[in-house]
Amino acid sequence: MKIKFSRPKSLIDVETHYCAGCGHGILNILTAKVVDELGIRDKTIGVAPVGCAVLAYKYWNFDVCEAAHGRALAVATGIKRCHPDKVIFTYQGDGDLASIGMAETVHAANRGEKITCVFVNNACYGMTGGQMAPTTIVGQKTTTTPLGRSPESGEGWPIKMAELLSGLKGVSYSVRTAVFNPQKVMQTYQYIKKAFINQIEGKGFSLVEVLSPCPAAWRKTPLDSMKWIEDEMVKYFPLGVIKRE
Amino acid sequence: MSKGKNNIKLSVFELRIKKDWCKGCQLCLVSCPQKYLELSSNLNKKGVNFIQGKEKNNCIGCGFCFFMCPEGCIEIYQK
Ligand SMILES: Cc1ncc(C[n+]2csc(CCOP(=O)(O)OP(=O)(O)O)c2C)c(N)n1
Ligand code: SF4
Ligand code: SF4
Repeated sequence: MKIKFSRPKSLIDVETHYCAGCGHGILNILTAKVVDELGIRDKTIGVAPVGCAVLAYKYWNFDVCEAAHGRALAVATGIKRCHPDKVIFTYQGDGDLASIGMAETVHAANRGEKITCVFVNNACYGMTGGQMAPTTIVGQKTTTTPLGRSPESGEGWPIKMAELLSGLKGVSYSVRTAVFNPQKVMQTYQYIKKAFINQIEGKGFSLVEVLSPCPAAWRKTPLDSMKWIEDEMVKYFPLGVIKRE
Repeated sequence: MSKGKNNIKLSVFELRIKKDWCKGCQLCLVSCPQKYLELSSNLNKKGVNFIQGKEKNNCIGCGFCFFMCPEGCIEIYQK
């Protein structure tokens, strides 16, 4: 029997620590699949975040560096500048990339660092118990916005990172996608692949923002979480290519 | 699909599921266009009703379950 769909070689054969139905599991696999497909396992270096994906280096079968909270793109800048021939990507949550790491993110993008960034937007801080993130949508209940996020009471509006970064000259590719059904997962795979190819071709900063479920913090079942992304999150965070050079 | 004994349609695809890794999230189950997957009435070592193929194999090998599974516990083989 020949194998038609198999676990990527860039993935170690272990179980994950993620909660049932967590989008990180899907995205760890997709990233590994892209590395397999492009045949770059021996020259890829990932930079893992602080957040639920902090242990991603236990799952990826290539070199991974762990950065302090929010600093993934600063660390990735250093690695890429020392090793311009290697393929460097960061994998970051919204608390990591858009909150504590906002400065590192904006400046790495603005400098046009030749890095690929996989940005997992689950509209909350998953690891620490579901607090509000900059990407929490208006009205969304979290442990720190128990009445629902309200811009009127000073909690601000959800930050659209893919649009925000696309305004910077250094950014060559910026897309937003989601993982709520198999078609979207396959499309996400294509976007991540494109973002890696951009880097290999020497283009500037590439961002793939992915709307991804956190059933545990959202207090929803995995299936309801996917539905919530499709019905509610995409209203604030439209999907598609925002910038391509 | 190939025709087997008694002219019954047989799938040429076979799912191999690491049942002890399954967390029972059902993302694969609802994505299957053939409605081939079901939750077992037995528990795996995590204490979860794991995913299995139904008795009649009508899998078309689309890979939707493979792409949705956060655990990567489904692999698809072809005869
Ligand atoms: C400097 C620092 N501040 C705060 C924390 C606590 N902390 C750990 S994970 C996290 C938020 C992670 O959220 P996100 O990046 O959205 O990732 P998710 O867990 O949702 O995937 C925070 C605030 C920390 N580890 N280090
Ligand atoms: S808490 Fe949320 S983000 Fe973290 S592993 Fe669980 S579902 Fe995934
Ligand atoms: S998607 Fe994976 S973990 Fe979830 S029920 Fe299906 S086989 Fe189990």
